[in-house]
Amino acid sequence: MKNEYDVIVIGAGPAGSIAAKTAALKGLDVLLIEKRQEIGDPVRCAEGVSKIWLRKHIEPDHRWICADVKGSRIYSPDGTMIEMAEEIAGGEVGYVLERKLFDRALAYESAKAGAEVMVKTRAMDLIMENGFVRGVKVMHLGETYDIRAKIVIGADGVESKVGRWAGIDTSLKPADIETCAQYLMSGTGIDQNYCYFYLGNDIAPAGYVWIFPKGEDLANVGIGILGSKSGGKHAVDYLNEFVKKTYPNARILEMDVGGVPVSGSIEKTIANGLMLIGDAARQSDPITGGGIINAMEAGKIAGEVAYKAISKGDVSTKALQEYENKWRSTIGYEIDNSLIVKETFTSFTDKEIDSLAHSLEGVNFSSMSLLDLLYALFRANKKLLWDLRVLFKNVVKYELDFER
Amino acid sequence: MVTINVNKFKCGYCGACVGVCPAGALELVETWIEVNETCTSCGICAKICPVGAIEVKK
Repeated sequence: MKNEYDVIVIGAGPAGSIAAKTAALKGLDVLLIEKRQEIGDPVRCAEGVSKIWLRKHIEPDHRWICADVKGSRIYSPDGTMIEMAEEIAGGEVGYVLERKLFDRALAYESAKAGAEVMVKTRAMDLIMENGFVRGVKVMHLGETYDIRAKIVIGADGVESKVGRWAGIDTSLKPADIETCAQYLMSGTGIDQNYCYFYLGNDIAPAGYVWIFPKGEDLANVGIGILGSKSGGKHAVDYLNEFVKKTYPNARILEMDVGGVPVSGSIEKTIANGLMLIGDAARQSDPITGGGIINAMEAGKIAGEVAYKAISKGDVSTKALQEYENKWRSTIGYEIDNSLIVKETFTSFTDKEIDSLAHSLEGVNFSSMSLLDLLYALFRANKKLLWDLRVLFKNVVKYELDFER
Repeated sequence: MVTINVNKFKCGYCGACVGVCPAGALELVETWIEVNETCTSCGICAKICPVGAIEVKK
């Protein structure tokens, strides 16, 4: 550890490791710190990720891929099943990862690119001078150190403090977080080619149950409920009910818990000398809860912008605005659309969800685009069309742009 | 004065409570939660905890 770096990245999850790698490859002097003694552990994630997007950041490696998923099966409260093939299921299909190994592989990439990595090293505060972030106060094995940096990148996850220290309020309201619990189970008997989703306010209020294959006869069986619906019963209580009823003979091999930000884009993710990325910037998808790809995308942009800003000798918000603009016009656009869908869907009764599912029964999904799917839904559900009118306008625009 | 009680035997140290604390009173230190004096006993952390490990002291 030195006294000074070009960039300090706080948190060695997918966002932080990609940011550190990107900045290091540009030739910057980078320190990546992780408060835990092991990168990637404990897992707080269902571990599903889109193949196409993953490949943009790292070559898939069998050592951290547990299952290759062909499609999704979604069950409405009355048991109606909608099957989505690979082409249209989007973020719900791809690989199911072993995050413990995946996260470490990403950190390794950053180390190979030249970044210094320190574990068991926790950020305690920012060094602030004249309204600029100038470094981080860290604790390593009980000793505190002041480490200076031209730019600090906060990738410190759902429990992020970095933004707050710089005056950015990142606190989540109960309706802005999905509270989640998951078991890694053996013996569920699921088809390993599919991800399964169960909807319904009785089993998962304003959330869903997921079952993601993890290879052999293993699966992640998890649940997320909206924080505002939690309290009387907690996520783990709903999970236990589902598991007892659905897989009474399956065995639990691991327990994971976590909170997923579903607030949608926050107002500000930069300050002078500071960028926030990943869950720390609340960049997870408000409808699926997926955060890995968005985190890596943001990490890459932040790493590149850090290089440009440092090269020009200007790390003010004026220079870092490029990060803000780039992520908002790419992943931010998707996040905003998902937020509209989330707000509509979390207000639905079980009956309304069933009627949506019925309207899709018998539809051949393999030949459908996302736009066809939405048309089918809207034809059968005029109220949905009205509720989602803003999204509909955006999707049409996006799809047309996409096809051009 | 500490106004919440975190049952460390139940806690999965996921940090969700830290993310929702409006006062910034909580901190996830490796494998345990620390609470400082700015806690207002608002109870949001106890509400959203996935495993029900947090109790607000009366």
